[in-house]
Amino acid sequence: MTEAITVFVVDDHRLFLSGVENELGAEFEIVGTADDVDEAIAGIRQARPDVVVLDVHMPGGGGRSVIEAVHATDPGIRFLALSVSDAPEDVIAIVRQGARGYVTKSIAPAELAEAVRRVHEGDAVFSPRLAGFVLDAFSLDGGAVEDPELDQLSQREREVLRLLARGYRYKEIARQLTISIKTVESHVSSVLRKLQLSNRHELSRWASDRRLL
Amino acid sequence: MASIVDGGPSLRRPVRSTHNRVLGGVAGGLGYQLRLDPVLIRVAFVVLSLGAGAGILLYALLWAVSPEVEDGLVEARAGTRQIAAVACVTAGSLMLLRAAGWWWSDALAWPLGAAALGSTFVWARSGEDERMRWMGLTSGSLFGGPASIARMLIGVGLVVGGTVALLNRYSTVSLREGAVPIVVAVVGLLLALGPWVLRLTRQVSEERAERIRSEERSNVAAHLHDSVLQTLAMIQRTGSHQDVLTLARRQERELRTWLYGKPAVPGEETVRAAIERVAARLEDLHRIPVEVVIVGDANVDEPVGALVQAVGEAINNAGLHSHSPAISVFIEVEPEAITAFVRDEGKGFDPESVPDDRRGIADSIVGRMARFGGTVGVTSQVGAGTEVKIALPRQKR
Repeated sequence: MTEAITVFVVDDHRLFLSGVENELGAEFEIVGTADDVDEAIAGIRQARPDVVVLDVHMPGGGGRSVIEAVHATDPGIRFLALSVSDAPEDVIAIVRQGARGYVTKSIAPAELAEAVRRVHEGDAVFSPRLAGFVLDAFSLDGGAVEDPELDQLSQREREVLRLLARGYRYKEIARQLTISIKTVESHVSSVLRKLQLSNRHELSRWASDRRLL
Repeated sequence: MASIVDGGPSLRRPVRSTHNRVLGGVAGGLGYQLRLDPVLIRVAFVVLSLGAGAGILLYALLWAVSPEVEDGLVEARAGTRQIAAVACVTAGSLMLLRAAGWWWSDALAWPLGAAALGSTFVWARSGEDERMRWMGLTSGSLFGGPASIARMLIGVGLVVGGTVALLNRYSTVSLREGAVPIVVAVVGLLLALGPWVLRLTRQVSEERAERIRSEERSNVAAHLHDSVLQTLAMIQRTGSHQDVLTLARRQERELRTWLYGKPAVPGEETVRAAIERVAARLEDLHRIPVEVVIVGDANVDEPVGALVQAVGEAINNAGLHSHSPAISVFIEVEPEAITAFVRDEGKGFDPESVPDDRRGIADSIVGRMARFGGTVGVTSQVGAGTEVKIALPRQKR
């Protein structure tokens, strides 16, 4: 058996924290938990987990400041954002800060485990809602395009996002588009990269509306 | 106030020094802020005072409006200090006027000065909160009670009475000379009130901000009490797992709308609002989570209304027959078309051997959309769920 993926859980709601810890504990090695920003940064640096499951909303700067601080010293640690908020600006902001995925707290335990595995493998995890936001932000007639490579989605990427938004899993998307799961994953990762690097007006606006940039 | 000292000189408002002082610390404070030797500033004040007492006037003004750095005693001593300041200001103004030749007679000037001083005394002796009530700036009643009304009347009476008496006494003199005392009285009042008005405005805006914050807090508390706390209480009393889930989802949806939702514009419903409303109703009815993702938005006109209804029927259908743990709804609004997908992962069916009840519902959706040029497609597989696609072309306007 291969070595278990190490996971660090950050959430300021202790009840939720222990719930997630229980759910993931069966499959992954939980190397630490934290319930505030400073504790999280120190704990993650020390434990050096494979994946951090991170709450978006926390006092003291929120999940964004944890990603920022940890990536400054350990850029290899991967983050999966977990939140009750489905507000587009929160979702877009945490992903632009460097999270490799975003799921809401209502996600089923098995799907959360799959999301952690996926993030660990370097793939992106898009909830249907995040896929919808990205389609919205990259909509064809929405604002000026400065860098076509980063500011536009390819036709294939849009198709993948639409299927994600319709509730399809990667396997089902692959079957629907008659491509391999690996290809689906690479499309989603490419969308993630564009989402993080593009200066498209809509993306900046979502972040700056809440003075997050 | 310590921050002014720690953070280096700030020119935003004058301060007085507590340690480098000869009289009131004004020169020391100014020297600190302007990075000049306080002695130079003191000399400047003396020279200015030779010019009809202007230096004294200026000094008194600065003294009255500058807070002391390094201690918090300023506010506590404000009452007496301000009376003294006003006295200085009034005397200074009178001296200035006298030197400038704008003078009538000593017998006139001194009663007038006393009247102005009397009125400011009334103001100075009342507490900050009373003054705010007088100014009508607080949310309470305009007047704080008989005592403050009386004091207010005395103050105003002193000024008005003094002015009228002067006018009576000099009714024979020319209009220009008669107007001068009024101007002086008004100026005196303004000088006396200036610092307070400044401070009051600041205090009132701070107070208003605090009031808004606390109202917001109690709103949030009330809302959380009504929704979240009640739900938690209910959960402890409810037996069925499904009931709890439905309840939790409904509360979550309501709270989310309340926190992040945009206020509805009457008479102009959007696709997003309409679909979310329909989905919420059916979610409650069938007790199945309905995940709605919408890209883009448009106002609901007749064809779009038909699409919303068709989507509702598709959700209803899935809720009734699929036994799926969840229903996904995805709607994309584009300039040329609106496309909707309603998907479940339930038991599905074989499209070749469609049961009659399904056929009927599918037909009603198809018929509804066909009237507006829309199309409906159903894909289903036994054991793998069903997906209904509804497409509506949009007319160019």
